[in-house]
Amino acid sequence: MSVRLKIVSAIEQIAAEQHVVLPPLEDNLSLHETGFDSLAFAILVARLEDDLGVDPFTMSADASFPLTIGDFIKAYENVPA
Amino acid sequence: MSPREHFALRDYLDPGLKGRTLSDARHAASLTDIADHTCLRGRLAELSGRSVLLSVTSQFLASLVMLEIDGIARRMLLCPPDLNADHLQAIIEDAGIDAVVADLPERFSASGVALVVTAGEELKAAPRAQTERATEWLMLTSGTLGLPKIVGHTLEGLTGAIVAGGPERGDQPVWATFYDIRRYGGLQIFLRAIISGGSLVLSEPGEALADYVARLNQKAVSHISGTPSHWRKLLMSGAASAFSPKYVRLSGEIADQAVLDGLRQAFPSASIGHAYASTEAGVGFAVNDELEGFPAEMIGSNRDGVEMKVVDGCLQIRSRRAAHAYVGRRAGALTDSDGFVDTGDMVELRGKRYHFVGRRGGIINIGGLKVHPEEIEAVINRNDGVRMSRVKARKSPITGAIVVADVVLADGCDASRGNDIKSRIIADCRATLAPHKVPAMIKFVDRLDITAAGKLARSDA
Repeated sequence: MSVRLKIVSAIEQIAAEQHVVLPPLEDNLSLHETGFDSLAFAILVARLEDDLGVDPFTMSADASFPLTIGDFIKAYENVPA
Repeated sequence: MSPREHFALRDYLDPGLKGRTLSDARHAASLTDIADHTCLRGRLAELSGRSVLLSVTSQFLASLVMLEIDGIARRMLLCPPDLNADHLQAIIEDAGIDAVVADLPERFSASGVALVVTAGEELKAAPRAQTERATEWLMLTSGTLGLPKIVGHTLEGLTGAIVAGGPERGDQPVWATFYDIRRYGGLQIFLRAIISGGSLVLSEPGEALADYVARLNQKAVSHISGTPSHWRKLLMSGAASAFSPKYVRLSGEIADQAVLDGLRQAFPSASIGHAYASTEAGVGFAVNDELEGFPAEMIGSNRDGVEMKVVDGCLQIRSRRAAHAYVGRRAGALTDSDGFVDTGDMVELRGKRYHFVGRRGGIINIGGLKVHPEEIEAVINRNDGVRMSRVKARKSPITGAIVVADVVLADGCDASRGNDIKSRIIADCRATLAPHKVPAMIKFVDRLDITAAGKLARSDA
């Protein structure tokens, strides 16, 4: 499974657990519009760290949190796993 | 017989009660005439009025020494087997130790303590000693980090709940405990065995659980105590099936409904009770209705002279069974100015019952919200596919931390059902807990570590 597919699948899983109805996950969808709160994002980042072996948001000190789904996925794709 | 000013353990040993034994896997001694014997090669008189550190390997030998020196020594400090050797010197200085009783005396050659008396399991006949004084009993707290605190008790306080309970009726009980008897919970069983009659079956250092349980069966143990973690371990081991104690007691950790129900299932005819006790506060109370928590009307004074109140969600106890002081150069106050011990155990009133939710010092912080791991574990443990669990914080770049859980599945629970069980745990937690308390991740593990004091190891708490 590609990194993108793994991320989308993890987002869908958490949305189901949290009873969040997701809009279509387009690259330009802002993370705010996903309906996820900070706890849901915290869960997502932790699960992806276990699944992909990386946490791009604590690896570099100047990493800023992405604003859109596309940026979020890119943050993982740009890290050598 | 003239009235005696002080009672020591030897004075509770009734020579008229026959057939009582103290045993481990390799040794047995008769409790009927043990007071006419010495394990100190006749050197008891040298310990008169001394502050004695008791450091022996086995619980069996520790029992013999306690019976012999209580009422003779000024103080006796019980060293649990897992005591960190790096802390020994500070403890010797803080407790004013001027004598050591040890089975490995060479360990104390550089301790600066001049009098080291060797103890051994072989008993020799000796004239019965006369009780001289009320010995102060010193115990160490079981905190895993830093120097343990030294807690001072009297035999009268330690046995307050036993004497209040009266002698055992009916058949002579056979006692056992998963605790080490040099810990508060285990010492209660040792003292009950001595004072209430009956025999005591001790474990060996490093003995496998299944081997100990086989001996418990063989010796027909009727009364047994341990922490919920000890009991979960027994339930998981498969060794419980052949064992049928009459009286099962839990203490030292929160007894959640799952472990109470698990014990009921494993021991259908046993009386099952959980007790609240701590090294500092002593035995607070016992609950025998097989429900977790305790009835709210127990707050206030009860007839055993134990008074409880809840301050800022924390249980406080004033009791004659409590320790009288912390001992040492930098020892703080054990009670507040009104004589209450702050237990550090947090409770929550739900309906007409208080439930323990966790340790004040064990709170984890999830994005600024406080969470007790124990409260979440209690919900996870209710799932019938789960034997035990440990909840902890995991760092998060977004919220600071999230809740994660390590879960041990129940026997016969197929790991292929993992995803199903995970979903059910999360659904249960969502139904009963605030969103930030729902575990973000659940990992199945084969086992969870238990500390030497019998409690679930919480390395990050």
